[in-house]
Amino acid sequence: MSAPPSPVVQEQPGFVVELEQFSGPLDLLLHLITEDELDITDLPIAKIADQFLAVIDELGLNQAADYLEMAARLLRIKAQLLLPRRLGDDEWEDPRAGLVRRLLEYQQIRELVDWLALAAARRAEQFGRGFRPEPPEAPPAPLVIELNDLLAAAERVIALPEPVLHRVVPRPLDVEGATARIEALLAERARFGWLEVVGERPSLVDVLSAFIALLELAKRGALRLSQDGPFTPIVIQRESPREAA
Amino acid sequence: MSPLAKLLEAALFASSRPLTVGELSTLEPHAGEGAVHAGLAEIRAAYADQDHGIELVEIAQGWQFLTRREYAEAIDRAQFALRPRRLSPAALETLAIVAYRQPVGRGEVDEIRGVDSGAVIDKLIERGLVEVVTRGEGLGRPLLYGTTPQFLEILGLKDLDELPRLDELSVALRPPAPTEPE
Repeated sequence: MSAPPSPVVQEQPGFVVELEQFSGPLDLLLHLITEDELDITDLPIAKIADQFLAVIDELGLNQAADYLEMAARLLRIKAQLLLPRRLGDDEWEDPRAGLVRRLLEYQQIRELVDWLALAAARRAEQFGRGFRPEPPEAPPAPLVIELNDLLAAAERVIALPEPVLHRVVPRPLDVEGATARIEALLAERARFGWLEVVGERPSLVDVLSAFIALLELAKRGALRLSQDGPFTPIVIQRESPREAA
Repeated sequence: MSPLAKLLEAALFASSRPLTVGELSTLEPHAGEGAVHAGLAEIRAAYADQDHGIELVEIAQGWQFLTRREYAEAIDRAQFALRPRRLSPAALETLAIVAYRQPVGRGEVDEIRGVDSGAVIDKLIERGLVEVVTRGEGLGRPLLYGTTPQFLEILGLKDLDELPRLDELSVALRPPAPTEPE
């Protein structure tokens, strides 16, 4: 048997493949073979090798050690087929045989994959009882929305009255002042309460300023905050300085 | 239903996984496996006859109550239960090879797939679908992998014999080659 002539020599303009869509070089080879409806047992190696090389070349070779190995294998088979051999050489073994066997084997696996995927899909139509730990990356629930809902929502937005403008009065939080006050208290006493920081009738701004100052100082390690329970008064305790900074 | 059947029904209801006949037999030590089989048949018939939303299914070498297929979509839509994550093509390829060639080493899986399969195998082990079953002969005594009951469960199979026979596939192939010495 001599090197087979390519049955159909076809140019493939705009040949686009994504490496991710193939699970390996065998998958890519099978794809090329079925694409051109080639006979797997009588592979036109030269044609297939060229196409294979073109594809992995186009895709870049960054992650493609497995693909490179296959490319080398194809080229070797191609070269072996070109070697002259004597007539009536019974010893001659088709250099494609090993590859063809692997391809057939892989094709069989692909068929089993289809079968398994179908079985898994059928099984997923029935739910068992009881708690199952959730898969770690459960995807968010799909957003179900109908066109009418969307249009109605858009209409509501459009129909909104003119926004009421609100004048912003500058009244910045006085975190620095609160910090200074707390530090003064800390210098004096090892332990004191929230009311001593903000006074009897604090304004909202006082409360916020003091709270941020406390958190900041706690972060710096200057003091420790504690509470007996939720919503009970905050107790502030001096922390012995641990770090020079 | 007989008292034993009712006991089995309660146990199966309480369990979140398929229970084997062996496990169910421990509920009533005097009953014996034959009686358990009869009890299971009784429950199955009762649920079939009385037209329920759930059914007793033989799966993964055991028995389990499952919701009927026709309610899958409604339950799924309402998000009362999670469907298992779908397996990637690479994972399915690897599972197919492990299922048919087990016990099988990583080298053989790599060879058939034409790519390194270590990471995929690790993922399948993590999901409880594949496990190390033994060690092979030869250099370094490689780990050999096989499928787990969980594998049968996610495919809804009673046992491995329910997998299609290789000669039933359109691509018929040689049987697994004897392992060559390394």
